[in-house]
Amino acid sequence: MTYNADKLPKKNLLSLQIDPRKFEWASDEEKAQHETMRESTTFFRDGMRKLRRNPLAVASLIVLVCLVLTIVIVPMFYPYSYEQMISVNGKRDKTAKNLAPFQYSKNEMKAIEDGAKIFPHIFGTDELCRDYFIRVLYGARVSLAVGLFASLIVLVIGLLYGSISGYFGGKVDMVMMRIVDIIYSLPDTLMVILLSVVLNQVLGTTLQGTVLAKVGTNMISLFVVFGVLYWVGMARLVRGQILSIKTNEYVLAARAMGAKPGRIIRRHILPNCMSVIFISVALQIPSAIFTESFLSFIGLGVQAPMPSLGSLANAARGGMQSYPYKMVFPAVIICLIVLSFNLLGDGLRDAFDPKLRR
Amino acid sequence: MLKYTVKRVLLAAVTVFIIAAITFFAMNAIPGGPFDKEKAPDPAVQAVLEARFNLDKPVAQQFIIYLGNLLHGDFGISLKTGREISQIIREKFAVSAKLGGMAAGFAILLGLILGSIAALCRNRWPDRVIIFLTTLFVSVPSFVLATILLLVFALTLKWVGVFSTTNPNYVLPVISLMLYPMSYITRLTKSSMLDVLGQDYIRTARAKGVREGFVIFKHALRNALIPVITYVGPMIAGILTGSMVIETVFTIGGLGTEFVRSINNQDYPMIMATTIFLAVLMVIATLISDLVYKLVDPKITFD
Repeated sequence: MTYNADKLPKKNLLSLQIDPRKFEWASDEEKAQHETMRESTTFFRDGMRKLRRNPLAVASLIVLVCLVLTIVIVPMFYPYSYEQMISVNGKRDKTAKNLAPFQYSKNEMKAIEDGAKIFPHIFGTDELCRDYFIRVLYGARVSLAVGLFASLIVLVIGLLYGSISGYFGGKVDMVMMRIVDIIYSLPDTLMVILLSVVLNQVLGTTLQGTVLAKVGTNMISLFVVFGVLYWVGMARLVRGQILSIKTNEYVLAARAMGAKPGRIIRRHILPNCMSVIFISVALQIPSAIFTESFLSFIGLGVQAPMPSLGSLANAARGGMQSYPYKMVFPAVIICLIVLSFNLLGDGLRDAFDPKLRR
Repeated sequence: MLKYTVKRVLLAAVTVFIIAAITFFAMNAIPGGPFDKEKAPDPAVQAVLEARFNLDKPVAQQFIIYLGNLLHGDFGISLKTGREISQIIREKFAVSAKLGGMAAGFAILLGLILGSIAALCRNRWPDRVIIFLTTLFVSVPSFVLATILLLVFALTLKWVGVFSTTNPNYVLPVISLMLYPMSYITRLTKSSMLDVLGQDYIRTARAKGVREGFVIFKHALRNALIPVITYVGPMIAGILTGSMVIETVFTIGGLGTEFVRSINNQDYPMIMATTIFLAVLMVIATLISDLVYKLVDPKITFD
């Protein structure tokens, strides 16, 4: 249908309708202008796009996912357990001490000649005839769990404290931040050591028989220390974010409409500072893993026989010249985990931090 | 400035007090006294001993006595060796201070140089190599790094001697202690250098024909140094705790080794004294670096 002004119905003089003659058809050029050139994108999608373009971040994400899948799935059907000493035909095999990777012990070789099938020791065995591969896997499990759990504690406490302090401001903020200042200036590593020493003695007997006893008092004191000391960095970060976000008009609008502080913090403020917080959590995990390996080194690590990467690497130091692989495997995995989290954290920051966006 | 200084010094004093209190009460929470042995001594002897060490008084009063002794530099007596702890600390800290001082010096020097090179060669191979290495160094636990260095350079290649009391060779210990802070300073210097190099006054300096070396040293590096100063306090703390690991790996008889040994021996007065001593050092280091930061950069205001 072509446009013809004369064919259009005439406007009644008294009608309030708009005169259709005053309009004309849009030209093709004008129509083209309305076509969407690019899909509209959200903050999250834009960040993910940037993250995908960062090869280091993608690689570290893949490494982490592979690692997590391995340490979750492999122990399910692996024939040895982390505390089990190798036995052949139901008898303890004392020759399976300190085997090199993929090496069989004398007794096992005999059993294989007799037709038995024995699963190879991929990483060899340790000085107590335990399969080293499964110990390293369990160590990675423990180390990662310690890192994640400690970061979670930091996240929850820091988030609560920081948002209350930042949102209410004034005297509340001042008192809360002075407390943070003091805790912040305590030397954290020393306090971890001190509390581990003390809690070891105090909790030692009371925990027996509970689930916590398996984790060991050292790990509990590590978590306690993270809960007591390490959250202050997160609290400061959250408070700073909230202070800048709460001056925005939409917060004022929400408050004018009578929203309660809890709702404003949850619905309007926190979603806007989530990216910064998650980046900081991603960078907190390697620091927790490092703290755990440091504690293992000075003899305050996880409870034996449970392994952690730090305690495995530390135990291997003694026989370093004869059995270097025992040091290499856990050390490489610690490096992989810490490196991946560091690179992923850096990548997340480049992709999501509003200050770095261009 | 004066107000800020007073405030920071007060905060530091409060922190030291809190550290002393936490340490004292935490150690007191450990069940059992130092004279509770399996073979119980004569009650009269025990009473005399307890009176001698003020153990018969209430805990609060013991704390005040302990604080008073601390102020006199009296840390008590080591349970294992029976020696005065203040004497042990003085002796052992000399070794640790030498090691830590060298590590801190080299970390700052090399970190600044490498960071500047990385910033000036941005996205070219020197930058990539430096950033790759520094990222790697912050991802390896120090005891692993120290053991590998010891094995490769001292035992296999025999390039440097192993540390011993007769032949104190500090090369490897200093390298292993310094790599982490050096990497951190490198990354810090790089980012602050890049920040400064993008500023208008650098362009102005170049536009008026100032030589490139002069631009970098006079204008860029001096301003890029400021964020690095804030890291000096935490770095000292890191080196003090790091030297526990490094000294144990290289069997250097410093305060770090002594601390680790006292933990394994459950020598509580020694643990307490070393914790307080190291903590006070860290608090002082942080205080000084904060004050210098404020002095160097008048734009910064803390409240």
